[in-house]
Amino acid sequence: MPEPIRTSRLPAWLPWFIGRLGYGLLTAWVISLVVFIATQALPSDPARVILGPEAPLESILTLRQQLGLDRPILVQYFSWLAQVLRGDLGISLDSAQPVAGLLFIRFGNTLALLLGVLMVVLPLALTIGVGLALRRDSRLDRWGLATLIVLKATPGYLIAIGLVLLFSMPHFDLLPAVSLIDPDRPLWRQLDYLALPVFALSLSALPYLARLVRASMIEALDSDYVGAARLRGVPQWRLVWCHTLPNALVPAIQGVALTLRTLIGGALLAEVVFSYPGIGTLLNSAIQMRDLPLIQGAVLVITLGVVLVNLLADLLTVLLTPKLRTARRASLIQRNRRGIQSWWRRPAAKAP
Amino acid sequence: MRVELDSGADVIEHIDFSLAPGEILGLVGESGSGKTTLATALLAHARRGARINGGRVSVAGTDLLALDGEALRRARGGLIGYVAQDPALALNPAIRIGKLLLETLQAHEPGLDRAAREQRLAQTLADVGLPGEREFLRRFPHQLSGGQQQRVMLALAFVLRPKLIVLDEPTTALDVGTRAHILATVRRLCKEQGVAAVYVSHDLGVIKDLVDRVMVMYAGRIVEVASRERLFSRPGHPYTLGLLAAIPEVGRQRVLRAIAGHAPAPGQRPAGCAFAPRCPRRSAACSAIEPALQGLDGVQQVACLHPQLIAVPEEEIAPVQVVHQARTPLLELRGLNLSYDRQVLFDLSLDVHRGECLAVVGESGSGKTSLARTLAGLGDGGVGALSFDGQPLSLMARKRDAATRHRIQYIFQNPYRALNPRQSIGQCLQAPLEHFFGLKGAACRARIDAALARVALPAETAAKYPHHLSGGERQRVAIARALVCEPEVLICDEVTSALDVSVQAAILALLRELQAEGMTLVFVTHDLGVVRTIADRIVVVKDGRIIEQGGTAEVLDRPGTEYVKGLVAQAKFQR
Repeated sequence: MPEPIRTSRLPAWLPWFIGRLGYGLLTAWVISLVVFIATQALPSDPARVILGPEAPLESILTLRQQLGLDRPILVQYFSWLAQVLRGDLGISLDSAQPVAGLLFIRFGNTLALLLGVLMVVLPLALTIGVGLALRRDSRLDRWGLATLIVLKATPGYLIAIGLVLLFSMPHFDLLPAVSLIDPDRPLWRQLDYLALPVFALSLSALPYLARLVRASMIEALDSDYVGAARLRGVPQWRLVWCHTLPNALVPAIQGVALTLRTLIGGALLAEVVFSYPGIGTLLNSAIQMRDLPLIQGAVLVITLGVVLVNLLADLLTVLLTPKLRTARRASLIQRNRRGIQSWWRRPAAKAP
Repeated sequence: MRVELDSGADVIEHIDFSLAPGEILGLVGESGSGKTTLATALLAHARRGARINGGRVSVAGTDLLALDGEALRRARGGLIGYVAQDPALALNPAIRIGKLLLETLQAHEPGLDRAAREQRLAQTLADVGLPGEREFLRRFPHQLSGGQQQRVMLALAFVLRPKLIVLDEPTTALDVGTRAHILATVRRLCKEQGVAAVYVSHDLGVIKDLVDRVMVMYAGRIVEVASRERLFSRPGHPYTLGLLAAIPEVGRQRVLRAIAGHAPAPGQRPAGCAFAPRCPRRSAACSAIEPALQGLDGVQQVACLHPQLIAVPEEEIAPVQVVHQARTPLLELRGLNLSYDRQVLFDLSLDVHRGECLAVVGESGSGKTSLARTLAGLGDGGVGALSFDGQPLSLMARKRDAATRHRIQYIFQNPYRALNPRQSIGQCLQAPLEHFFGLKGAACRARIDAALARVALPAETAAKYPHHLSGGERQRVAIARALVCEPEVLICDEVTSALDVSVQAAILALLRELQAEGMTLVFVTHDLGVVRTIADRIVVVKDGRIIEQGGTAEVLDRPGTEYVKGLVAQAKFQR
């Protein structure tokens, strides 16, 4: 029996979301602890890296003292954490610049890249997925699927190099092959440097998302409620856009979140092939240089990014699924959200 | 009319009937008889892999099969409405019901102005018995009860004022009480508005008080058409007779007779009469000639060479069994409290005596399944005292020792989901034998054969996989799986509710036989007719408490509480 619905009350997903936020922050904190301890366990001494192998022992000890590396590890951690909470990520050992400033530029670049990928891949995946689902099992669908699978099987760097060959050869020089972004100019004035990296990453993310949208569209199109609406004489365009797509979007959101999570930690493909100055290469060189503050800062930022993407995806899922959005208790949301399975995907009760 | 599969096998053929305005036609048949195919074919729709191949569906002068595109869309809904089986699946979870109704109305009558639309919506909602206020229309389907959802489906069909409505088992997913209300609403609306209706059902009992005429389908053909009174008093086709004999009744305990064998799949119809292999009245001519539908008199048509021409003989009434109750019950439950995120069972006490069949009756949500699971040791979070054969028994199956665990076995509601699709039946039966008795090889094989024979399945079944079997056969396998454990108590959770009526009769007869051999049964169900057929004693559960218990005849004939009186009245209404 449904209980009377009170509209004045706070929605149950709000406490659920606050709980999830808390868990996200806890995750970030645990990761920061792990990273801090792991960097301490690296088999070399930052002071020696900075001063070089020839440096005398006294100056190394002096530097260690200056950097605070001689203190107990917990004390070091808490002073670092206190700094972080004040927004100060420390000074890079390698370049002697503030870590926060370095990260701000590089992470900004990565975010711009992700935004570009999203703007290209979302409409494309939706159009292709919906289109193929509507023409399911036709020749177009079979060839479309085959193409997507070939694209998926092609290694990312091949796609990237192929794009460079297509668009940036001397006789056909449309787009820059290398993303020589000038850090002093705003990014939005150098969008041509973004084009090829965005394109390459979109192409490698597209097959997965398009097939996800196609599969969930087919499932929703086969559902009883779409069949019933069709037999009620609801026009085809409304069937597709109002009855099917909103229900097919939920799995797609989790798919997009998965793609973003992989890309956020470093779209290494683009960063290496196009020398795109993102956070991945920054972290890589920081590890090689044993630049502890930079490693810690970069990992912290990436972790927070991943946590944020997860949170947003879950929030969107709940908001787009009426049953979860209108749940009366936060515990119901937890129980219904097992992976990306939607609650209405019950196995058929009767045999066909 | 004819519908065939891509392979060319016909699903339904030689279908021919007409309906007067306001007339309700019942379309009855077992699963696989092609009744749902016929129902959607009336709307010029065939499921994937099938197509409508010739024929004519003419509603109020419009030939639906000749239409396409925009004209067909307008005819669907506007001229002929459709109400699907499970309202929980047939309502879009992401759209508020008010919007669904408005959308349907606008798709067919875009010219209506706002005031006229709202007036029509309010009128329709009142007709189907739903509150019309704005707050209600803003609800999503999951915020409604099953009965309300089905009323919304009815409103979606009736809001367009169609000439014909096709209802495809609209009450199968509902409780008995809700079912009776929905049936009454359908009948009232059809008569008031002069709408003809085709009501599809697998259960003759359900439509007894609803329809004017009944059409019985078997293997894609119409085998009998008759007025309601004639069909129930003097069925002409042996198949109809078999269906009628399989319906359990609340009022009296009768011996149910199942129809032997099962219906042929499309493409595997035998030559001649499709029912001949299962027919008790067959002759040599039956397997040579396919009988056409012929009129017996004004109100009855039968497709049979040897139609029954006399009234149905009075059924045998089963003798009332007296179970001698031992002084100590076999299973004794005291003070059970169970909660998940809310409390489901309250202070529940129960005795099960050796050799009896105890029915646990209740509507959905009453906690009857939770009670059964707790007895089986599958319930989490229960607190209470349970003893078995005088010995205390844990409420958790994993804390029971193997020697007692195999003595209580559980059979699940849905045989389509209770068997592992990747295990052959043999493997499925072998696992408990190895686990409990350490049997291997020939000894194991012998036990499996014995168990299959006991549930009346051939020994070759062991090599098959669940998808090779029909629903009734699967449920027999599930029973065999419980039997190989050599249980003393079988807990049956709605074991027949996913099955056809005639198959249900066969399963009930099997359980009855097992009981006669000394098995103790705990039978969970919401169907009082089934209870009357099988149970010796009844426990009625409501909101997690036992509100009435006693001997079956006692409780059903002289209910002590208003609630049980209501249940019995509803069950009698629909039977």
